[in-house]
Amino acid sequence: MNIIVLVKQVPDTETKVRITADKHNIETNDIKWIINPYDEFAIEEGLKTKERLKEGSVTVVTVGPDRTVEALRTAVAMGADNAVHVKTDGTLDTYLVSRAIAEVCKKENAQIIFTGKQAIDDDQAATFGYVAELLQYPSASVIVKCDISLNKTQATLEQEGDEGAKNIIETSLPAVIAVNKGINTPRYASLPGIMKAKKKEIKTYTLQDLGLGSETSKTLDSDYQLPPERAAGKKIAGDAATQVKELVRLLREEAKVI
Amino acid sequence: MLDFSLSDEQVALRDMVRKFVQQEIIPNAAKYDETSEFPREIINKAWQTGLMNIAIPEKFGGLGLGVLGDVIINEEMGAGCLGMTTSIAVNTLGLYPILLGGTEAQIEEFVVPFLSSPKLASFCLTEPGSGSDAGSLSTMAKEEGDYFILNGSKMWITNAGHADLFTVFCTTNKELKTKGIICLAVPANLPGISLGKHENKLGQRCSDTRSITFENVQVPKKNLIGKMGEGFKIAMRTLDRTRTPIAAGAVGAARAAMNYSKNYAKERKQFGQPIANFQAIQFMLADMAVKIESARLLCYNAAWLIDKGQDEQGSYFSALAKRHAADMAMEVATDAVQIYGGYGYTKEYPVEKIMRDVKLVQIYEGTSQIQRVLIARHLLKD
Repeated sequence: MNIIVLVKQVPDTETKVRITADKHNIETNDIKWIINPYDEFAIEEGLKTKERLKEGSVTVVTVGPDRTVEALRTAVAMGADNAVHVKTDGTLDTYLVSRAIAEVCKKENAQIIFTGKQAIDDDQAATFGYVAELLQYPSASVIVKCDISLNKTQATLEQEGDEGAKNIIETSLPAVIAVNKGINTPRYASLPGIMKAKKKEIKTYTLQDLGLGSETSKTLDSDYQLPPERAAGKKIAGDAATQVKELVRLLREEAKVI
Repeated sequence: MLDFSLSDEQVALRDMVRKFVQQEIIPNAAKYDETSEFPREIINKAWQTGLMNIAIPEKFGGLGLGVLGDVIINEEMGAGCLGMTTSIAVNTLGLYPILLGGTEAQIEEFVVPFLSSPKLASFCLTEPGSGSDAGSLSTMAKEEGDYFILNGSKMWITNAGHADLFTVFCTTNKELKTKGIICLAVPANLPGISLGKHENKLGQRCSDTRSITFENVQVPKKNLIGKMGEGFKIAMRTLDRTRTPIAAGAVGAARAAMNYSKNYAKERKQFGQPIANFQAIQFMLADMAVKIESARLLCYNAAWLIDKGQDEQGSYFSALAKRHAADMAMEVATDAVQIYGGYGYTKEYPVEKIMRDVKLVQIYEGTSQIQRVLIARHLLKD
């Protein structure tokens, strides 16, 4: 079974975000890049699926500049068999990224596609849906369990709903499955894996190679803004009775929580 | 050209170990410190992740990574828990004598099984009456037919209670002093081996430390590592390779102490402002950084020399690294507790544990005084 895992390289969760002068992007110098944590669950699910089926291969795919190869090497160090890099300069929107991914999935003859339910950088949670649409595959997100039938044509998925609700989904394959935290515990890239990943040949395509040379992004991030600074706390003066009265008033009128 | 950068793989290794430490070691460090329980589960995970036995050459199915690999791993693990670091890293100490002095058949028999399951090896040099003066050891190996008959006691043996294999340094003739010392590979299941209790230590409490007694233990002659009389040399060559990773563990522990106290100093307010605003605190932090960075450079330099095959210079630099790293880590940890004040003296905060843990680095694998002896001997030799 050809298992494809879509990964995105994102800034480390502890990054102090700064915005570029033109406000179209964030400063990427000095950023420590990691694999999107939700995509790590997807890699693990891909590896687990292969182990359960006792056959097949796991191919990780990413779209981005040269630095994103590092994310692919980490995935290979975790155990992925193959890696595909769509090399791009500049920022692509979700549409163009998804077009590129869809072309790669066709080339790789994808039989199941795993990815994280969203990336922790822009939180758009969009790529899995775009890719499914472009490939005309079914898709489901926020998946916390995935069982594949023995003949590999069906999958039974468990989708997490609000307040512990569960939704069981039956889907035909191929499908795009966007996973949530809790589906598994991702393994570490092992030291032998890291040594192997060093030598692994990574398949590289450009947008031209994928027949997308004349395509352009359809949306542009025009104005990044940092969240407003948190206002300083308020100290309520007076004796206990006055303080409580004032606190209740503020909770009701300002915070509007009671 | 001089280049201080790590390779991509070394960076990947460091990041992987850092993540392992954050997820597996740090959340459990205080618990194991309190109970002094052996962290078997974490050792097994470290083995599974490939963090152990990395020196086994590629031709035997290992990774053949040099001392720098162990230095990178140990700095990261030391930043999480030095006790676990010791128990995880001690296989290197237990197996190097065989890798350095053993035949291919001996490596196949005794070392290669460590690649297929999380086995543990202990290095048995120190005795109740022979510590820094290792050459005066008195555990006897008497030749009898196809066997050496082993009698004597060893002291402070790391992982002894859980080891599958002991590399034992013993003498065939005490009058020959160091020239009478041999090295034997002793499977832990041989009859006549008894273990002391798990020592209740000040720090590194989860690392298993015991005495061992050998009473008429029959060790097959084929388990002799190296030639007769080569044991002491094998032990010293082993320590030349493990001293630097041990030093790197102290660098990691000191780094953690600095980071904890730095963050605390930014939060703790006195006299209406964060104590990080005061020069008294700033100078402590600045001195910590100088000590840590210089110790790390010495570790890298020593590892680089040994990995390049420059054993003599490497031995000298490993002594420099161990002396500096152990002593500076003790200073850094003490200052970290000082920055935390009364809170730092309690188990609610992580710095008192680091202070207790790093003390041992000034003692084990050659005290800071013995490192000075090695350094001075090198300086004065001609």
